[in-house]
Amino acid sequence: MSSAMRFHSTHISLPVTIALVALIVGQAWAQAPTRARANEAGIAQAAVSDPVQVERGKALYGVRCTFCHGADARGGEGGPNLVRSGLVLNDIRGELIAPVLQNGRPDLGMPKFDLTAAQISDVAAFLHTFRAAGRDPARNAPPNVLVGDAKAGEVYFRAKCGSCHSVTGDLKGLGSKIADPKALQQTWLMPGGGRGASTLINVPPKTVTVTVSAAQKFEGRLDRIDDFTVTLVEADGTSRTFVRNGSTPAVEVHDPLRPHKDLLPVYTDKDIHNVTAYLATIK
Amino acid sequence: MKNFKEVLLVTVLVLTPELATGQGLDPADLLKPLSDSWPTYSGDYSSKRYSALTQINQSNIKNLGLVWTSRITAGLNNTGGGGRGGGANGAAPTIIGGEGTGELNESGPNSRSSRIVSSILEVNGKLYFSTPDNAWAADARDGHILWHYVWKTKGGTHTGNRGLGMSGNRLYLETPDNYLVCLDAITGKEHWHKMLAPLSQQYFSTNSPIVIGNHVMVGLGNDLDSPAFLTSYDPETGEIQWRWYATPQEASDPALKTWANLTAAKFGGGHMWIPGSYDPETHLYIIGTGNPTPAYTSKSRGEGDNLYTCSLVAINVDTGKLAWYFQTSPHDTHDWDSTQTPVLVDAPFNGRQRKLVITATRNGFFYTLDRVTGEHLVTGKFSPTANWDQGVDNRGQPVRNPAKDFDIAGALVSPTNAGATNWMPPTFSPDTGLFYVTTQDSYAMYYLMDTDPRGSMGLGGKDEQAAGSLGTFLTAMDYKTGKIAWRHQYPEAGAWGGTNVGHALLSTAGKLLMGGDPGGNLVAYDPATGAILWHVHLGDVSGPPQTYMLDGKQYILVSAVDSLYAFALN
Repeated sequence: MSSAMRFHSTHISLPVTIALVALIVGQAWAQAPTRARANEAGIAQAAVSDPVQVERGKALYGVRCTFCHGADARGGEGGPNLVRSGLVLNDIRGELIAPVLQNGRPDLGMPKFDLTAAQISDVAAFLHTFRAAGRDPARNAPPNVLVGDAKAGEVYFRAKCGSCHSVTGDLKGLGSKIADPKALQQTWLMPGGGRGASTLINVPPKTVTVTVSAAQKFEGRLDRIDDFTVTLVEADGTSRTFVRNGSTPAVEVHDPLRPHKDLLPVYTDKDIHNVTAYLATIK
Repeated sequence: MKNFKEVLLVTVLVLTPELATGQGLDPADLLKPLSDSWPTYSGDYSSKRYSALTQINQSNIKNLGLVWTSRITAGLNNTGGGGRGGGANGAAPTIIGGEGTGELNESGPNSRSSRIVSSILEVNGKLYFSTPDNAWAADARDGHILWHYVWKTKGGTHTGNRGLGMSGNRLYLETPDNYLVCLDAITGKEHWHKMLAPLSQQYFSTNSPIVIGNHVMVGLGNDLDSPAFLTSYDPETGEIQWRWYATPQEASDPALKTWANLTAAKFGGGHMWIPGSYDPETHLYIIGTGNPTPAYTSKSRGEGDNLYTCSLVAINVDTGKLAWYFQTSPHDTHDWDSTQTPVLVDAPFNGRQRKLVITATRNGFFYTLDRVTGEHLVTGKFSPTANWDQGVDNRGQPVRNPAKDFDIAGALVSPTNAGATNWMPPTFSPDTGLFYVTTQDSYAMYYLMDTDPRGSMGLGGKDEQAAGSLGTFLTAMDYKTGKIAWRHQYPEAGAWGGTNVGHALLSTAGKLLMGGDPGGNLVAYDPATGAILWHVHLGDVSGPPQTYMLDGKQYILVSAVDSLYAFALN
């Protein structure tokens, strides 16, 4: 199509231009059997679009198609989602879309459209600019996490969290430190819990006590454990591995996040939202 | 049963003269309980993964030692058959097929094509296994590679490959770009390939084809929401015999009343990406279907059950028609598919012998049904933390709690999207009457991000953020009560990520239960109690533990990433 644009920019008379466009579009479609074969083989590659053509297609789509299929082509008043339509996904540059536009789908309430081959190609180019994916960040609503009752959250915090934490002590200024309410919520639920939780909070590591005998006891940061070995790192950096045989030696793991884990089956979602609303006020 | 066997035998003799070589698989062998060989995904059609072999047993497993190991090299950029140690006779051949250019093929140690998660067929002393775009044959006595087949891919999700199907001397491979490839088991050369579905509609294939008599059963995957179907292919020609859609595709379908409208139903999901099980007496292929779509921003599906997504369905292999269904997760809203392997068991129930099917689904629930009729018998929870339901209704189905569907401000839900279990196959031991599955009690905050049901698609619409795990377990379930008989907690193990929840399991008549663990060990347990009997550290047990008997010697076989390990008694 870019060659057509070049011709168009020179002073060729209008009928010649139309003929040329028709010829080139015709050639493009004459190649359709090749592409159709490619389609049958499942190649998911719509033609690379020309921005000018896409703009023309967008304008045409806006006039003819938006009402039924939506401005984002994901469906509208009566018309289906075109982004995930098998026919649109299989189409390369209008060869499959053309018969539908030209003939309509009377049984489904779709009228026929008197569009030229070039116009159909333009509409197809516009349709192929939509990314067909379940996850589309453009559709995401801004998260609204601060929906709880801060007062109720304070009461809950005092009852369930107050024995370990204080908003004037270790959590002083938490709502300023973690300004994003969603990150704040993820962080207090499970500090260091992974994606979404703030890394600003220092979570002490798991530690372990290995009792080899009444006289021999080792303590340190838990490095690795399974049913067969346990490895700890002592304060001076010494790494020690012990073979485990059932309950020998005795191994006691201390998980600083245990109270957080124990609360997971206890919270209601309302409790969680209330505590988040409260902690957001701790500036 | 007998008639069916005879029919099969005649079919085999007529259609597969190459059996005369003595190397191929007699489909009648597929009707036998799992013993000397491993001729299909789960070893036999029942999917019990319970072997009758007893040479290795509780009393001597302490003497189990390594016999051989063999390492594969996936992808196009290698010579020598993708194996090492060809020896004096030179390298094994690499056979290249496919319709792509090869640019997208993966190789290298971290490639998913280098990670063996497939079940490994063992037939007449040969092993056959696969990864995305790759298939291998190896000698079962020492693991040396016999041939390597590479498919030049055009793309598609390369997440894993569950294994090969086999009939006579023919092997069947699904490729990520949706082809069924028929290979010659002796040479690795291609007989034919057929396109299963268009890549442009975002289908991808990871499944193991299942050969049943004169049918090859093939299911696909799709994370957009293109229509879901199970297809039966002719093993000789690759022609389509029938196709069953998981959701209504026509206005006349009675299941349509469980959907908002036909469009919602057509694009409603339900993909069968894990093999099912087969009952030769009833000719029913029993398989779990996938989650409905849109998975999260789900209002466009209506308020109905969305049949036949998240269901156990029984399909007659001769006709492709649905015989019965039981929905294990009505109107799922968390992308918890129910594709987990159903296990067929003949066992006493309420004082009489019943033909049962048992399944533990990703949503944390456990079910026992009558597999002839689909009659519901037992519902239980194998993950006690699962909190998305409001109890079980009179049909035996969990009733979802809409408050736990999703929330803009976040809903704390167990299990995580990865599930309380996932695709890793379970096992059932008739000796203990227990069903074993690896599980997790995990939580995540589910945030609804896409509030507009118009145009919502696929798996989009939510942001899920982990909130912690209360433990990962080897769990033994009682099929009679739906209660946990015992469970072994893996020490301090974090939540399993992605879809690799847990490990595949094996049980044997030698009173052994085997599986990988999160520490990278292959472990043998006492199936009655969970007591540990034996282990070896392999680093990352990626595939199912299996067993076979050759020259009077019983082998235990397992894959750990790009290597196979075979053990036997010293």
